[in-house]
Amino acid sequence: MSILGYNGGAMVAMKGDKCVSIAADKRFGIQAQTITCDFKKVFDMGPRLYVGLPGLATDVQTVMEKLRFRKNLYELKENRTMTPEVFGAMLSSMLYEKRFGPFFVEPVIAGLHPTTHEPFICNMDLIGCINQPDDFVVGGTASAQLYGMCEALWEPNLGPEDLFETTAQALINAFDRDAISGWGATVYIIEKDKVTVRDIKTRMD
Amino acid sequence: MSLSMEGIRPHYPDYSNAPMQRHFSPYADNGGSVVAIAGDDFVVIGADTRLSAGFSIYTRDQNKLFPLSKTTVLGCAGCWCDTLTLTRILTSRMQMYQQEHNKTMSTVACAQMLSTMLYYKRFFPYYISNVLVGLDNEGKGCVYSYDPIGHCEKATYKAGGSAGALLQPLLDNQIGLKNMEIIGDSKLTIEKATNIIKDVFISAAERDIYTGDSVIINIITKEGIKDDKFELRKD
Amino acid sequence: MTSILCPEIPKPGFSFDNCQRNATLESKGFAVPKATKTGTTIVGIIYKDGVILGADTRATEDTTVADKNCEKIHFLAPNMYCCGAGTAADTEMTTQMISSKLELHRLFTNRVVRVCTANQMLKQYLFGYQGYIGAALILGGVDSTGPHLYSIYPHGSTDKLPYTTMGSGSLAAMAIFESRWKPDLTEEEGIQLIRDAIAAGIFNDLGSGSNVDVCVIRKGSVDYKRTYDEANKKGVRQASYRYPRGTTKVLDTKVFTVEETVHQLETESMDTA
Repeated sequence: MSILGYNGGAMVAMKGDKCVSIAADKRFGIQAQTITCDFKKVFDMGPRLYVGLPGLATDVQTVMEKLRFRKNLYELKENRTMTPEVFGAMLSSMLYEKRFGPFFVEPVIAGLHPTTHEPFICNMDLIGCINQPDDFVVGGTASAQLYGMCEALWEPNLGPEDLFETTAQALINAFDRDAISGWGATVYIIEKDKVTVRDIKTRMD
Repeated sequence: MSLSMEGIRPHYPDYSNAPMQRHFSPYADNGGSVVAIAGDDFVVIGADTRLSAGFSIYTRDQNKLFPLSKTTVLGCAGCWCDTLTLTRILTSRMQMYQQEHNKTMSTVACAQMLSTMLYYKRFFPYYISNVLVGLDNEGKGCVYSYDPIGHCEKATYKAGGSAGALLQPLLDNQIGLKNMEIIGDSKLTIEKATNIIKDVFISAAERDIYTGDSVIINIITKEGIKDDKFELRKD
Repeated sequence: MTSILCPEIPKPGFSFDNCQRNATLESKGFAVPKATKTGTTIVGIIYKDGVILGADTRATEDTTVADKNCEKIHFLAPNMYCCGAGTAADTEMTTQMISSKLELHRLFTNRVVRVCTANQMLKQYLFGYQGYIGAALILGGVDSTGPHLYSIYPHGSTDKLPYTTMGSGSLAAMAIFESRWKPDLTEEEGIQLIRDAIAAGIFNDLGSGSNVDVCVIRKGSVDYKRTYDEANKKGVRQASYRYPRGTTKVLDTKVFTVEETVHQLETESMDTA
């Protein structure tokens, strides 16, 4: 098992019609032993910008704090909000700086552009190689299962309500086949005027 | 080293003539995926037709489904040479049973025999993920899945092989109807089962490099085995 | 003195802060995760009026496809492009950095940068890292001395060739070149040859897949044909898997309204006290 699977976790983000979703499980464990069922892996980095960090829990929090610091500093210096693209580029170069001693996280970013409200999703590997598709991105220990689910379930131009159902079902069914993720999940639906955060019912075993 | 070593014999043993360990890897992973879904009076099994090793394709047209009797089909993915050997022995044992007892072996008996045959090679296993399907003694569809050393599990649906992890959750959701509060039409028909098999293979071909080219589907009913073929992406 | 308000200026280049920790974890049996690789077929040829580069668009992570339509032909300079194979992050970052250096070089010298300069910069950079930066590149461009095509290996060795292939599909693609490449091909013939070479990689090498990207570089103009040929189309699903609303049981819903805030900025007079 690779170190990325030490704490477990699954994550997915999808593009919809004028909205994006990002969802993650809530388990925090040490290998097979579950410690808590309310672990936060998705963080808000702006009113319409969220980043999910699956991977080694210690690095999840370190990277999140570094990101928040850099993003705040950028916004103070530049007096403008950071776009998801710039945020992605910043995270990518932050991870690549540690090319030979990486942080064990595989980030997922979902957000809307602050002015155009254009949907944006991307993910990257642990050394910051950005992948920016038109449909969905996945991360974490259940990524194989998530790929299978999303390839079948995703369709273009889903509205916020349908996008929620699709994202939630993709995530729940995927992590039910992964022993080290699950134990509750949270789905964020990001729209122009609001963000809806839903805790969903899942198997707790 | 400043001390003279002349005349001092090293007191460790001479290993120069000792046996050398040579590495030999008896297994190859030739990829491929198998999916099976059982219904009330039928069972559908599908397998992709790509046979590969490493980054290259051996053939794009290899049937991985082996009809063992009129109501039993075995789907194999993994080490292809093991598959050939296992199915050869399996068919000959089916034939021996036929000639000894003057009847065809039932699916249930065949499932048990396969488990025994796999466990017989407990310490040098056949490197195959097997999915055996057929109609049981009451005519109901059944699916048996195995690990390489003969653990057997009866199920109503199963995905195995290189894309098993990608395919299984969708089957849980669509066939097992897991995690849903509202369930629409839950009646499983042959057509629905075949369509789901096609769809999961489309998904698998997108993301698993060892799955692709085409799918061969066998539909088993009391009338016999019907063949179907479906094209997938070729890259 | 560093503090939150006055952060230390970070050192340029790679940071090795986590190396010791990661080595300790590795020694305890936790394998280092694999980074995304581009299994890749990348090719390049010289034709009558310049250079043509080609690439597939699949990025893999072990045996799963991580990106179905990634861009492997990277911009270096207006007269130069570079195909990358190997560790995806390395090819991306290396070409970005060299691209920035080339632009500075152009501003400093006030001349169109030569391809041999880019080649030298790339090989010196890669040689410095002794192969640890896993980037295998095909560099193509046109400058005052004509068209040039280089292949650059991760350890820093380079070849200057009239036609070349790299990546896991290099043999499949080279088979096409060896049978059909000839000097002074027309642009049309050249593009067709590139397409066929990449298609050979896409279909016969499992590490390569999806679409064909082509980039034609002539003297004074570039034609980047992203998705020149969609070699593989996704299969059409038999059924839609859209769920009726309310399928997923929700335990708790929170809604945060995002308000559009407009800051009115008043012009302030400069403090001249």
